[in-house]
Amino acid sequence: MSRIQKPHKYKKDRIFDTILFVILILGAVIILFPLLWMVMTALKTTQEVAKYPPTLFPEEFHFENFAVAWSKAPFTQYTLNTLFLVFVNMVGAVFVNSLIAYAFAKMKFPGRDFLFTIILATMMIPGFTMLIPQYVIFSKLHWVGTYLPLTVPAFLGNAFHIFMMRQFYRTIPSELSEAAKIDGAGHFYIWLRVMMPLVKPIMATIALVTFKGVWSDFQGPLLYLSNKAKYTLQLGLNVFKGRGFTDWNYLMAVSFLSMIPILVLFFCFQNYFIQGMNISGADK
Amino acid sequence: MSKRKVKTKMSPMQKKEAFMAYLFISPWIVGVLVLLLGPMIFSFITSFFDYNMIKMSFCVLDNYKRLFLVDTLAARSFKNTLWYACVNIPVVTVGGVIVATLLNRAVWGMRTFRTIYYLPSIMVGVGTYFLWMLILNPSNGLVNTILGFIGIQGPAWLSDPNWTKPSIIIMNVWGLGGQMLLYLARLQSIPQTYYEAASIDGAGRLTQFFKLTVPMLSPIIFYNLTIGIIGAFQVFQEGYVFSGDGTGNPAGSLLFYNLHVWNNAFKQYKTGYANAMSWCLFAFIMLLTLINRKISSKWVFEEE
Repeated sequence: MSRIQKPHKYKKDRIFDTILFVILILGAVIILFPLLWMVMTALKTTQEVAKYPPTLFPEEFHFENFAVAWSKAPFTQYTLNTLFLVFVNMVGAVFVNSLIAYAFAKMKFPGRDFLFTIILATMMIPGFTMLIPQYVIFSKLHWVGTYLPLTVPAFLGNAFHIFMMRQFYRTIPSELSEAAKIDGAGHFYIWLRVMMPLVKPIMATIALVTFKGVWSDFQGPLLYLSNKAKYTLQLGLNVFKGRGFTDWNYLMAVSFLSMIPILVLFFCFQNYFIQGMNISGADK
Repeated sequence: MSKRKVKTKMSPMQKKEAFMAYLFISPWIVGVLVLLLGPMIFSFITSFFDYNMIKMSFCVLDNYKRLFLVDTLAARSFKNTLWYACVNIPVVTVGGVIVATLLNRAVWGMRTFRTIYYLPSIMVGVGTYFLWMLILNPSNGLVNTILGFIGIQGPAWLSDPNWTKPSIIIMNVWGLGGQMLLYLARLQSIPQTYYEAASIDGAGRLTQFFKLTVPMLSPIIFYNLTIGIIGAFQVFQEGYVFSGDGTGNPAGSLLFYNLHVWNNAFKQYKTGYANAMSWCLFAFIMLLTLINRKISSKWVFEEE
């Protein structure tokens, strides 16, 4: 019995794999179709978008729609504003968290384990419940309407990033820093000169996660920015749509353009993105 | 162990190290005090006050009374949120596990498949919401057009109060690649010999899935549940963007709890009341997290 079962089983495996392949193709089509739909809609005329039944490919490809849509609101300004916020937040997240994580991973100080437990506990706090009191504080400081509430917190540590970086530091053998210490190096020097080159991968991951988070943040700018000149891309996009806006071709054109930076980063640094997944789930 | 005095005086070197360490972590300490602990205490205190960011007067439990007894919109928004959480969390979790299992076989083109399935999860932001508004357009959107081909009259999705929340969940299923990836990483660390042993014992594919794959994934499922609960009960953006102006329309079906908090705090300036609402949600989420952790020992399988 068992002797003839084996080839039979292999055949079953092949059938299974074929079915699986078909299912995966189907899933991939379902996933990619909305993106195709987005780009195709962006290339249609306003009349064609409203057509019933809808067309998949535009009758004529109106590539100029991208430029037209982009000029309908100060999107260049919004993009520059967003990039500024992204840059400042990235610098803050990468360097401050790295220094904090280094202290927790490689230095001895009283209360270390207790404080680290607090870091872990703060990861469980639903961020939204802090929104109002933080807003009150920022408004008392007269920071509402400026970029300060959207940038300063990045320099005050992020529990998820600290946790991730600490895990990474702990994989680096202590002999390295011990050797430097014997040579008389201080901890700041060790962090900057010995550790920094070794933790570049995790810094890149944090930088990308921060880029994605700040680029796509809607809630923060919505709460703190009221002057149109300071709007970010996400906020500008939402205002651009407004109520009852029907020029879907232009809306899709700008929406697609707003996704391009993250898409490009994703295809260039896929592995870092995937590493960052561990934290981005709850990173709000 | 005998109680030796471990904490003798620190040497100057140790003192210096401790000083430096505190210097390094000082930004975080400031952050916790100013952005977390301070706000928590402040919001707890003001939840007992009639407070509008300018003047405050003590009102004992009026805010809490209002929340539980008077404000029907609060009750409604909580129901909306509960509905969303109860459907979204299981659907996305089960979906993530299934997709990860499918993507864990050595089929031709697997790397490309993984990238494609992961792709939607990086497409976050207002643009993606707009894309889904277009796709779910009742008359000539992509979904209803395809449903029309097979003779089904699709619902009005984001304009029909009964279908608004399912619409969000469909969008989330599309973007479940992020969760899926965590499961996949874990699956790849399961030794192939386990499956070989199971199949020698005569376990079929389904048995292997439920008796081997799911238990091995259970720590990740637990982690995602924890994160998922915290996330789902904080749902805000989807309700705000899809309703256009934060009202939670159509028919209040997208008025999520936090949207109601937001409107109270930043539109009507009932800051004290909004803080009371926030604290109740905070307590509720913490309670769920605790229960989740307690139950976890029953089903989460830990190796070693």
